[in-house]
Amino acid sequence: MKNILGRELPEYIEGYGKVTPYGTHISETYKIKETVKNKNNGDKVLPSIREALIKCGIKDGMTISFHHHLRNGDYVLNQVLEEIKKLGIQNIKVAASSIFPIHAPMVDLIEKGVVTKIITNYISGPVARAVSEGKLREPIVMMTHGGRPRAIESGDLKIDMAFIGAPACDDFGNINGVDGRAACGSLGYTISDAMYAEKVVAVTDNLVPYPACPIEISQIYVDYVVKIDEIGDPSGIVSGTTKITKNPIGLKIAKETVKVIKYSGLLKDGMSFQTGAGGTSLAVAKELKDLMIKEKVTGSFASGGTTSYIVDMLNEGLFKYILDVQCFDSAAVKSYKENKNHMGMSASMYGNPNTKGSVVDKLDIMILGATEIDLDYNVNVTTGSDGVLMGGSGGHSDTAYGAKLSIVVTNLIKGRLPIIKDRVTTVTTPGSSIDILVTERGISVNPKRQDLIEKLKSNIKLVKIEDLKEIAENLTGKPKEIKNHDKIIGVAEYRDGSVIDVIRRTDF
Amino acid sequence: MDIIKTGKAGTFESNDIYVVIAPNQGIKIEIESPVMAQFGDRIREVIEETLQTNNVKNIYVKAQDKGALDFTIRARVETALNRAAK
Amino acid sequence: MLFMPGNNPAMLINADVLGADSIILDLEDAVSIDEKDSARILVREALKFLSYKGVETVVRINPLDTEFGIEDLEEMKYLKIDTILLPKADEEEVKLADKLLAGTDKKIMPLIETSIGLERIYETLSASKRVDGVLLGGEDLTCDMGIKRTKEGKEIYYARCRVVAAAKALKISAVDTPFTDTDDYEGLKKDTINAKEIGMTGKAVINPRGIEIVHSIFSPSLDEIEKAKRIMTEYEKAAAKGLGVFSLDGKMVDAPILNRAKKTITTAKVLGLLKEE
Repeated sequence: MKNILGRELPEYIEGYGKVTPYGTHISETYKIKETVKNKNNGDKVLPSIREALIKCGIKDGMTISFHHHLRNGDYVLNQVLEEIKKLGIQNIKVAASSIFPIHAPMVDLIEKGVVTKIITNYISGPVARAVSEGKLREPIVMMTHGGRPRAIESGDLKIDMAFIGAPACDDFGNINGVDGRAACGSLGYTISDAMYAEKVVAVTDNLVPYPACPIEISQIYVDYVVKIDEIGDPSGIVSGTTKITKNPIGLKIAKETVKVIKYSGLLKDGMSFQTGAGGTSLAVAKELKDLMIKEKVTGSFASGGTTSYIVDMLNEGLFKYILDVQCFDSAAVKSYKENKNHMGMSASMYGNPNTKGSVVDKLDIMILGATEIDLDYNVNVTTGSDGVLMGGSGGHSDTAYGAKLSIVVTNLIKGRLPIIKDRVTTVTTPGSSIDILVTERGISVNPKRQDLIEKLKSNIKLVKIEDLKEIAENLTGKPKEIKNHDKIIGVAEYRDGSVIDVIRRTDF
Repeated sequence: MDIIKTGKAGTFESNDIYVVIAPNQGIKIEIESPVMAQFGDRIREVIEETLQTNNVKNIYVKAQDKGALDFTIRARVETALNRAAK
Repeated sequence: MLFMPGNNPAMLINADVLGADSIILDLEDAVSIDEKDSARILVREALKFLSYKGVETVVRINPLDTEFGIEDLEEMKYLKIDTILLPKADEEEVKLADKLLAGTDKKIMPLIETSIGLERIYETLSASKRVDGVLLGGEDLTCDMGIKRTKEGKEIYYARCRVVAAAKALKISAVDTPFTDTDDYEGLKKDTINAKEIGMTGKAVINPRGIEIVHSIFSPSLDEIEKAKRIMTEYEKAAAKGLGVFSLDGKMVDAPILNRAKKTITTAKVLGLLKEE
């Protein structure tokens, strides 16, 4: 069968279940959290991860969850899985909000059948490659930053044990993310896990006297506390932060993007803004800052994924508040700790489509990246052009849906590959959510946004996306279509849990 | 054109192609590229065309591509040929 | 005018996207001796394959008294370029270039960077009808004179003014030498303001990030554009009535003022400050 975007989907996938195609109306479900069971009367502090696993009743087939606030400096996931392996457990489902190159040891566990399923929002490195090769026994489920808490809170994703890396923690399980060597700021991605998992274990390298204020995750959710030597590598935690691009092409794209913002009618007091952490996306933030200063505009909030650039905008009074789901660099962590106008939000508050309101719905302007975009404006950030898993929606689909103006900023050509294709290899975000594409050789507006075209056309030269594709292909030549394997190794879920696309095996 | 010694041209920078040529019996072309699947055939085609234009029938070409467009491939192969023929 | 190294494919691909009015594909100083052949062939193939839109395409060949220079010119003269930038230009070089370009429509831009070129600048610039602009080369000139090149530029003040005077006398454009500290944007700004104030009509840059700064300094202000538009509107009204002169805001608008208004409008359109109608 096909979903409304024309993507071919089976009706049932082994290891995943029945497929609800994207575009089908899904009734919203919301499960009220049951009262905490098995209240712990003893000491919560345990001597080791192994002890915690045993006390929590680890069994074959369980779902274990992790957050990714320690990013490519995370030690927690590897250590927990190592202990699980040593206990002879098999068929574990890993629900990690993101997976990075540092999680490479998981490849061995996948090959040995210790880990047989992964549910995540973003994946890169050796694990991504192994999954693309077909080594994972069940299809990987790629969710979004908003869809994951939806799944957890509705019961679609049942977590047996949540292991929460805690930069600071007290003996009663209060977790704080701003103190300690591994301080990472907001812990937005772990809040639904803490509230809904059957068992919750805080893993910390910094056991502090009670209470561990400022408390990000309350003791009322935490079963056990384990102290280990190091939960992460600080240099890896703030890695992945890029500085503003120095590339003149990226800078040009940023300037053109801010021009679009200027003439869109959204540049006014009370505006809200979010951008990614890539070099060009950050350059947009800087250009926007200069424009807001020039036009004397004060925004209401900036959200994200925050970096020092967003913090600067807050400090210079360009935005009143920051709503933060994750801190990418130490400036953001510091600001989160010290500035009461820089506050956290859970991933659920950020982008869960099934709550009574999510922050993305209040967003005016969103700057997004793309690996590929097609003539229907569908965007792929899940796989490379060769079909290999490398990325994932993260907050892409959520913010693109909610924002009044969703702008994709990208070079027209990367290496020798044109960004614009007839059809993307994998759909992450549907074209109905994408308004504008800005490249160094032209700006295209989604024809579904005639109102935007009217606003922009007298000040900005607009081109049809088909023409941009032709310009690119005249330079690069037309790329040969890659024929992937038939076997499905992954399912791309949209934020409501429907299946927007499938990912097939790649032979290396 | 007769290839009498080795010739090199190009760099490993983005959008460039590093070409090394040497004498050989017949035409043998080896290509490495990050876009092998999408453009491997086209890269080979352009190299072969350039060899033909220069009337080269015996040559070994090793090309390490970093996303070069057609004109760059043509230019680097021609430069390497000139250097190997002198 | 943006300098781009001729042996760099990535830069050649993106040359017309960076916002410069002219791009100079450099076969000379930006290319090492053992890569001169490589650069020439690459630029030739690039010009055959790419089509640079909306920019003046200039090629800086090697000096004509070197083994590379003549070959460069012979290769470039039939390709899609507008102008040959002639290094170490003097009267003889320009005459020779003019002769070698016979049968083509290519322009010549002499690069004044030797003492003899500077001293004989009027003769150099008038040696060929193809000359429509001049570029000052501060680095090589100070080298030739055996003095130090500084950011402040006191040592080339005379050279700059002399170039401007000669250019104005021949009614051609005068482009200032690049500011070489690519990280010092304040310095670039000062240097460009200085160039504008002494009469230069443009500035060469080696860093694409400097283009916006140069444009902002050489571009007419919004007030100037508005005034120019009003002058042109009145002019058209007067011309329709058959009147040669007219007044605006109590002042007579004569030919020089009218010309300056026309130039302002043209510059504004080129810089994208006014949409083409």
